[in-house]
Amino acid sequence: MAGVNMTGVSPKTAQVSDLIWKYMRPENMPHIWCPGCGHGIIMREVAQAVENLGIDRDKLMIVSGIGCSSRAAGYMDANTLHTTHGRAIAFATGIKIANPELEVIVLTGDGDASAIGGNHLIHACRRNIGLTVVVMNNSIYGMTGGQYSPTTPTGEFGTTAPYGNIDRDFDVAQLAIGAGATYAAKGSVYHVPQTVKLIENGIKHKGFSIIDVADVCPTYYGRKNKKGSAVNMMQYQKDNMVPADKAKTMTEEELKGKIVVGLLKETEYPEYTEEYQKIIDRFVKGAK
Amino acid sequence: MMKKLVINSAWCKGCGICAAFCPKGALEVVKEKVRRKEGTDCILCGQCELRCPDYAIYVDETKEDGNA
Ligand code: SF4
Ligand code: SF4
Ligand code: SF4
Repeated sequence: MAGVNMTGVSPKTAQVSDLIWKYMRPENMPHIWCPGCGHGIIMREVAQAVENLGIDRDKLMIVSGIGCSSRAAGYMDANTLHTTHGRAIAFATGIKIANPELEVIVLTGDGDASAIGGNHLIHACRRNIGLTVVVMNNSIYGMTGGQYSPTTPTGEFGTTAPYGNIDRDFDVAQLAIGAGATYAAKGSVYHVPQTVKLIENGIKHKGFSIIDVADVCPTYYGRKNKKGSAVNMMQYQKDNMVPADKAKTMTEEELKGKIVVGLLKETEYPEYTEEYQKIIDRFVKGAK
Repeated sequence: MMKKLVINSAWCKGCGICAAFCPKGALEVVKEKVRRKEGTDCILCGQCELRCPDYAIYVDETKEDGNA
């Protein structure tokens, strides 16, 4: 049974690649996501990054919130926790403080991370706690029917923005940098090898990491904004990609509609659970 | 080491992503399921596997003794 092969990898009983057999729960597949939904691609990118780093699955903790994307916790075969809306980072913070040896990866949507959970996001950045947050950013609330989210670009449409969205959109990675994240990158569902590498480096990084991945939701975002099929949306990513280094030299106007891929920031700062441990050590020593 | 392309039709949702980005045009979607297109070559590059949201297509590497 795939669900219990936590340490070894049992012989395959489903027609899947070794990677999927090892990191997913094939008994729950095919998954619930729509045809062409990018979430499955991002989940595979995460699995590949973990595999490349050779992380023991007993030490791997996947935490998700609520939304289409957050279903990922139910499909991945590791220690997994599906939490409440917007609170994935709050739960993950608790897990990391109690178990600093775990690799804690948060899988969250744009609404979950930057609206309902925006407060948790900025404070986790500020603390520089060693979590890796992968934002499955499709610029819409899929599960609840296509409402616009904080990452829906100005002027685009959602069921709650039938005349065009007048809000300014958040750049989640820049928001995280502003709040103190020590690793921030952007990936996409088209640029898989690059995104895998960026997630890998985010996991390796000591401190708070965020990888904002441009996702595709053909069902709501695609239809509401006449972006065509999943193939058209991925082709758009391919044609409009700008490497992060080049993006740094471009104006906001020039970057409109571009898909930035690459590392935005990587810097060192004391990690939260290590600082916390120092206090514990001080008292343990004091007690002797 | 023997490599071959595997399609798991039961999981395929016919989104066409694999076919659109296959460098050899070796795939086609017929009745919402992907299949190998006749008269084309698959070079086992694995591009389809990277972007299939449903894990329904992959390049299988079987060792000579037949075990995965
Ligand atoms: S509604 Fe959008 S985000 Fe949700 S599963 Fe469908 S395509 Fe994916
Ligand atoms: S392995 Fe490469 S050539 Fe073969 S079907 Fe997939 S994408 Fe096309
Ligand atoms: S990408 Fe996957 S789900 Fe989509 S058509 Fe190809 S095999 Fe089927």
